[in-house]
Amino acid sequence: MNLHEYQGKSILQKFGVSVQRGVVVDKIEDAVASAKKLTEETGTSWYVVKAQIHAGGRGKGKVQETDSNGVVLAKGIDHVEEKVKGILGGHLVTAQTNGKGKKVNKVLIAEDVYYPGVSEPSEFYMSVLLDREKGRNIIMYSTEGGMDIETVAEKTPHLIFKEEIDPRVGIQGFQARKIAFNLGLSGDAFKQMTIFVTKLYQAYEGCDASMFEINPVLKTSDNKVIAVDAKVTLDGNALYRHPDYAAMRDISEEDPLDVEAGEAGLNFVKLDGNVACMVNGAGLAMATMDIIKYSGGNPANFLDVGGTADAERVEKAFHIILKDPNVKAILINIFGGIVRCDRVAQGVVDAYKNIGNIPVPIIVRLQGTNAVEAKKLIDESGLNVHSAVLLQEAADKVKQVLA
Amino acid sequence: MSVLVNKNSKVIVQGFTGSEGTFHAEQMIAYGTNVVGGVTPGKGGSTHLNKPVFNSVQEAVDKAGANVSIIFVPPAFAADAIMEAANAGIGVIVCITEGIPVNDMVKVKEYIKAFNCRLIGPNCPGVISADEAKVGIMPGFVFKKGRIGIVSKSGTLTYEAADQVAKAGLGISTAIGIGGDPIIGTTTKEAVELLMNDPDTDGIVMIGEIGGNLEAIAARWIKENGNKPVVGFIAGETAPKGRTMGHAGAIVGGHDDTAEAKKRILKDCGIHVVDSPAQIGNKMAEIIGVTA
Repeated sequence: MNLHEYQGKSILQKFGVSVQRGVVVDKIEDAVASAKKLTEETGTSWYVVKAQIHAGGRGKGKVQETDSNGVVLAKGIDHVEEKVKGILGGHLVTAQTNGKGKKVNKVLIAEDVYYPGVSEPSEFYMSVLLDREKGRNIIMYSTEGGMDIETVAEKTPHLIFKEEIDPRVGIQGFQARKIAFNLGLSGDAFKQMTIFVTKLYQAYEGCDASMFEINPVLKTSDNKVIAVDAKVTLDGNALYRHPDYAAMRDISEEDPLDVEAGEAGLNFVKLDGNVACMVNGAGLAMATMDIIKYSGGNPANFLDVGGTADAERVEKAFHIILKDPNVKAILINIFGGIVRCDRVAQGVVDAYKNIGNIPVPIIVRLQGTNAVEAKKLIDESGLNVHSAVLLQEAADKVKQVLA
Repeated sequence: MSVLVNKNSKVIVQGFTGSEGTFHAEQMIAYGTNVVGGVTPGKGGSTHLNKPVFNSVQEAVDKAGANVSIIFVPPAFAADAIMEAANAGIGVIVCITEGIPVNDMVKVKEYIKAFNCRLIGPNCPGVISADEAKVGIMPGFVFKKGRIGIVSKSGTLTYEAADQVAKAGLGISTAIGIGGDPIIGTTTKEAVELLMNDPDTDGIVMIGEIGGNLEAIAARWIKENGNKPVVGFIAGETAPKGRTMGHAGAIVGGHDDTAEAKKRILKDCGIHVVDSPAQIGNKMAEIIGVTA
């Protein structure tokens, strides 16, 4: 589950990680009062106004309605309202969103942390994630902060370091020191970095995250180390033990069709193609999407109906699929094992009749337990449904209906 | 012989008396699997499906000589169940449970290193040695006896491949469903290695999907050590970047874990890659030289 920057920072703070402080605002009227309160708490006189959306590249992104960037600096309390107006309620287009952008429902007004002082501020990159090959969590970090890490990895891979954490003992002091040394720090800043890294890793395990990306981590001019941004992704499978984090889910950031499917117990991802599919099992669902492509179409979705492909689920799946006007055909591919094909076939026929008229051709491929009975049921239903037994046959029928 | 499980395996079911455990234990017994009992803490001493119920895996090992376990317990308790099985000396642990938190599995993977055991899964369909033992949730009748091994991350796609292999005039020795999670006990390479060393397996079907680099590691191993033909398929060519496709592990992150990149690596390592999942069986038959 993805979180907003302000939510991620609140979790980090709970585990003792220093962050750039801020206040969240969802109404323009609240902006100035909130900024004043922030000044009371932090002493800041400049403010950074940041759009809160689930996409990166906000700083360079543009708000469609106002042409403002997604992250802007207000040099004084008198400029706060105007800067917030430029972002809040608009649609922010970044390199990671589509052309329409994402609606900004909340902005974070944050303290200015790039103030002058005894030393130059410097920015670093830091993330915590799973190394799948090793089966262990790693801390990935770089001196090249504030930049796109993929570009750093491509152009200067020697500037990216990795530290592997032993799950039996967690992060150790020598590892935190190594990281601080590799980032070129000394004195107070060195010590602050070792504390920052240690708490960050503890937060990662403590909140059951599946990714932390802090870019940049800032060493301030007075040698503090803080998270200026926070991209936090939590492990959906572990939310049962964190009901307070589960409540942070922002449904407005998700595709409404995905949400509806999830509520119906269907695993659905909307895509841009013209042939919809309904499959049992994730691997077979991906393979079915591939078959659609080899038949001259493009998949309109990924949809795993799970182990119990009964009439009710099939009907819900039909409803979700048919909301997409681009769908020209539907391919149902069920490999019946424990679930019997004739039951699924009956489910398809019943769902079809309940919905009434389905305006696109349907190809049903049922294989496995009672496949022969299932084909008979489909063929004798009198509906606009083509049956197939072999996967290749199904592919050929998709080609026919698209021709 | 076959790999991992056979007719001599003494199988126990962890989560025996729950609805999933009961249903699939019945199916396994009907297939002919030697199920010697099950474990449900607190229900030890009773019987279920005419088999003894034990309070702990250790008790099942001591009293029934169990050496294989299949786990159906809910995700919150599954990590504990795997570690209990390893600690009790179970040799092959098959975990069907879907939805175990990743950080739990990080700890499990580390913990079981100290024991002489092999974990299959989690989030997998299990293992079947045709006509000998089914330790999983797959439809047994699809896996006609023969000499082709299957390694796959996915359930229904494994059944699809087994069905195609049978229709092409061949059959299955052992099919291993390794699971679709980011952390799994047995990797693609390890499963392929088991089948390469199995005298009763003549060819291997290796089915992968987007995300991670398990298939690439297996392919490089096959290039160096392979002595049997391998047919490969990678699902998810049409999946968009950054979206999880059902399996927690099926997500394209970088340049190397797209279906296209994986297929290229497989081909470079001498694996017979099919682009369409409908061609898995025919391709194997063509290579082995069998016509249906």
